[in-house]
Amino acid sequence: MQEINIPISDDTIHGLKVGDPVMLNGIMLTGRDTVHKWMIDTFIRKTREPQGDDLKVYEAIKPLLNKSVIYHCGPVVSGLDTRHYEFVAAGPTTSIREEPYQAEVMSHFNIKGVIGKGGMGPKTLQGCKDTPGVYLHAIGGAASYIAQRVTRVLEVFKLEFGVPEAMWVIEVKDFPVVVTMDAKGQSLHAVIQERSSKVLQELLVK
Amino acid sequence: MHDITENILELIRRTSTDLPSDVEKHLRTSIENEEPGSAARGALETILKNVTLARKNATPICQDTGTPIFYVHYPEGMSTRKLKEQIRAAIAEATKRSYMRPNAVDVLTEKNSGNNLGGESFPYIHFEEVEGDELTIELMLKGGGCENVGAQYSLPDSRLGAGRDLAGIRKVVLDAVQKAQGQGCAPGILGVSFGGDRGAGYLASKEVLFDKMDEGNSDPRLAALEKQLTDEANQMGIGPMGFGGKTTVLNTKITGLHRLPASYFVSVSYMCWAYRRRKMTIHGNKVTFD
Repeated sequence: MQEINIPISDDTIHGLKVGDPVMLNGIMLTGRDTVHKWMIDTFIRKTREPQGDDLKVYEAIKPLLNKSVIYHCGPVVSGLDTRHYEFVAAGPTTSIREEPYQAEVMSHFNIKGVIGKGGMGPKTLQGCKDTPGVYLHAIGGAASYIAQRVTRVLEVFKLEFGVPEAMWVIEVKDFPVVVTMDAKGQSLHAVIQERSSKVLQELLVK
Repeated sequence: MHDITENILELIRRTSTDLPSDVEKHLRTSIENEEPGSAARGALETILKNVTLARKNATPICQDTGTPIFYVHYPEGMSTRKLKEQIRAAIAEATKRSYMRPNAVDVLTEKNSGNNLGGESFPYIHFEEVEGDELTIELMLKGGGCENVGAQYSLPDSRLGAGRDLAGIRKVVLDAVQKAQGQGCAPGILGVSFGGDRGAGYLASKEVLFDKMDEGNSDPRLAALEKQLTDEANQMGIGPMGFGGKTTVLNTKITGLHRLPASYFVSVSYMCWAYRRRKMTIHGNKVTFD
């Protein structure tokens, strides 16, 4: 199995194809619904004025996201009272909800990998070609297993979004994923969608 | 009645961290149907490793500890007000102990309450008085990913050619499975109800998921349809996580409700493989868990 260290180069991205199992090592950020909407509204489409520590957080996450990975995950975290944070359970959340935002977020921050579950649509697939980047599928629900691959929680931003929606900066070792959308424009999800649709049509006329 | 907050806390711990044996058995059997070395088989292997680990470490099987859905069957004379207070206290404590993720978000202010308590509806608690002197509390934790791919159809549905009969029900349920793809964390379990109004239909489609997987339907027509739906859903090749493969649906449960002459709803609740539901029974001082 291929091991990939973060930060990830464009050459590495171009070498990946749909179906490749990969182990990730390095520092990544979690980010899901609230974070994507906040990034888009405040810094990308700029329909909302920055507030509070928005600009400070933006400057802090830019270098962290550059050539790195964003993980669609709302973890269970212990140590909230002492701030000695540890990930207890941390599987992926459904990615398709970020479809309206993901490509722009990838390109704005130069994000090389998006981890989640369930796959994403044509906009993100185009984003994977343009950035370039890949979509990496983690095993949904395997939360205790994946949490053990998180070796350290380095920092948290925007905890006021709530524990699941905050941006957690984590270090991972041997984080298992499968490439299901690559920078060549291939998507396993599009293939399965089309194939299952054909079988459904056959079943409906039975 | 003595305070049972501690017992409810234990029920929550078990539900969140210890996958029921019938679910695990079905997952283990399904592995053999997937090609060695395939992504589908890899996904199932990881799922089972996770199940073992979560049980051993008493950590949540899935980080999305879902909507807590309680069904309380209480004997005559027991205070439902006190039971509700104890359930809510146990939920808050379970969140503190990381058995539960803080999951209750104010829909207007977007603020997470931090303790899984939110208004009157979170957690969801249903009370039912029963004969005898035994108290049973059932708990289901249903995550958002699979809840989002649930669906409701109003029959007839001309797009799918589905009429108001079992053949029509079959068609719309298969459509729901195809639309869900891997996004509900396949392999899933289908809770289906037909009839009722929209609200009652969805509720019944969840209630039927409290049943054991191998408990057959007492109506032979529905039992046959359940089997057919599981088989045909698996022909679609969606597979674990939507990676492709033979295991898309592990089981189907169907129940019927009386309906208005004008309405014919089919409601589908998709349950992810992390099919977390447990039961606690209290009889005098004796507490048992299923």
